[in-house]
Amino acid sequence: MTSQEKAKAYWKENIRYVIILLVIWFLVSYGAGILFKDALNTIKIGGFKLGFWFAQQGAIYVFVILIFIYVRLMNKLDKKYGYDE
Amino acid sequence: MMNNALLIDAINVQNWTYILVGITFAIYISIAIWSRASSTKEFYVAGGGVSPWANGMATAADWMSAASFIGMAGIISFAGYDGAVYLMGWTGGYVLLALLLAPYLRKFGKFTVPDFIGDRYYSDTARIVAVICALLVSFTYVAGQMRGVGIVFSRFLEVDINTGVIIGMLIVLFYAVLGGMKGITYTQVAQYCVLIFAFMVPAIFISIQMTGNPVPQFGFGSELADGSGTYLLDKLDGLSTELGFAEYTNGSKSLIDVFAITLALMVGTAGLPHVIVRFFTVKRVKDARKSAGIALLLIAVLYTTAPAVAVFARTNMIETVSNQPYNNVPQWFKKWETTGLITFTDKNNDGLIQYVADESQNELVVDRDIMVLANPEIANLPNWVIALVAAGGLAAALSTAAGLLLVISSSVSHDLIKKVYNPNISEKGELIAARISAVGAVCIAGYFGINPPDFVAAVVALAFGLAAASFFPAIVLGIFYKRMNKEGAVAGMVVGIAIMLYYIVKFKFGWLNDTIPDKNEWWFGISPEGFGAVAMVVNFVVSIVVMKFTKAPPSVVQDIVENIRIPSGAGEASNH
Repeated sequence: MTSQEKAKAYWKENIRYVIILLVIWFLVSYGAGILFKDALNTIKIGGFKLGFWFAQQGAIYVFVILIFIYVRLMNKLDKKYGYDE
Repeated sequence: MMNNALLIDAINVQNWTYILVGITFAIYISIAIWSRASSTKEFYVAGGGVSPWANGMATAADWMSAASFIGMAGIISFAGYDGAVYLMGWTGGYVLLALLLAPYLRKFGKFTVPDFIGDRYYSDTARIVAVICALLVSFTYVAGQMRGVGIVFSRFLEVDINTGVIIGMLIVLFYAVLGGMKGITYTQVAQYCVLIFAFMVPAIFISIQMTGNPVPQFGFGSELADGSGTYLLDKLDGLSTELGFAEYTNGSKSLIDVFAITLALMVGTAGLPHVIVRFFTVKRVKDARKSAGIALLLIAVLYTTAPAVAVFARTNMIETVSNQPYNNVPQWFKKWETTGLITFTDKNNDGLIQYVADESQNELVVDRDIMVLANPEIANLPNWVIALVAAGGLAAALSTAAGLLLVISSSVSHDLIKKVYNPNISEKGELIAARISAVGAVCIAGYFGINPPDFVAAVVALAFGLAAASFFPAIVLGIFYKRMNKEGAVAGMVVGIAIMLYYIVKFKFGWLNDTIPDKNEWWFGISPEGFGAVAMVVNFVVSIVVMKFTKAPPSVVQDIVENIRIPSGAGEASNH
């Protein structure tokens, strides 16, 4: 691979990760916490209605996890393409 | 006897406050002296060698302002489910930062956000538009912070509110001017520790009191400790509907508005210059990603506790005062009544406190801001905990103010003086200019703190809206769309800002009509707080359309874009 092809392939994989993670980001916050809140509220876990829990707790936990997953994926990707330092 | 006991109690809170605030201020000042900045690089980006953990803590302290510390739980306790717009909005933006902005801006390796806009769009017009946005957003924000400092000082140290603002100004001046970003970063690390400790301790105490569960995040979903077997949230829902309020876990805003506000706050967060600039201070691209994760983790500690505090405080408050004889109210009620933040008018002269949703019958008005400050008193916690909350509130307000002042001073000394008016200025000259701008910025911020324009609260919506409507699309397109050119970016930013300003002026200030137009006239049913989401979309569309009809950026610029997409070789942030 030329360095240009390498950069292109790296970028493509990066974009794929970003899209997948942002879809999850959207689903937990705008999906579970807002759009489908009422449906999820019929389910109760302990004292929490599920839609309410996602909006005030769950979405935030998932946000934190998503960033650390991205960090891991990208560190691996950097190594694969020799961009790590 | 009784009076004596109360007097001793009051003195103790007072002394505890002096001790805790004194110790924390001494720590901040020592750090500032130890970490003086000696070059522009240290002044703007702390030398570019901050570790991901230190940067994460500093970012978290920078981000969590007096509004997060004092205001948010109070707002949620009155808004119920709707409070989620702040919880998700002010955290979800970090995912966008980590995935879309921080690593690339770090690789780009300059000092400020206008640096990126100006270079990527090869245009001083773009740079100046960016500087204006950065100044507008930061001044709006910092005025609120100085006011927060003043309020905490006056409440707990019993000095005049203006004296409080001036003490706060002097402290911030000292370490921001002396230490620049380097001083600010390491003080913020200390401030994070103070503020999170101060927020968590009362929350844990109250959680144990009410539910027996020491983890507030689980506590507010648990059964009450009174052995009734009722879930706390069910009880609060019941109490709320009984008094005519919306069910706590359901809220009252429309779905589209909740969606729009959340989006505007998330995108606005990712576009705020004082947040973005923090990621210029780390060593490598991978550190930028990691420190975004650490920052959000540390922020999430407070943001997942706040909704629990909101539920505890709301339930406690309703139970303590609703339908109780006014003559029997506890001491804290009287104390806050003297500050005017709690008011009671016995409309039906029955001597009982009617707290209901119906305005014509409601007799009690409680300012939202006192929920966090009064919470430890309401729950009868020890004096040192009450004092700790004061130290925490000050840490939150000071750390955010300092971060904002740095953005203001670097916008003036670096983006305007060095990059536009006098490119030949020496390193030493620029450093002096940066310090003078910081002094100027503190004075202006202090002025607004002492004479707050009555639209400060309204302008916070504007700050996020502007950041969402200007910086976020311009930076994202600059990284992910190689063909984006200066015509597209400038047109997008200008139209985005213009439409945002128009909407705020029309629907928030009511300057275009005789009165503020009714909710029914909102476009798509979206409030001014949420309109940033629409303005952002407009910016994206305008940028792309204009770009299609104008010529591609020069190949040098396209090479820059290709280069920032590759993480290695970030080197150090440079002046060239």
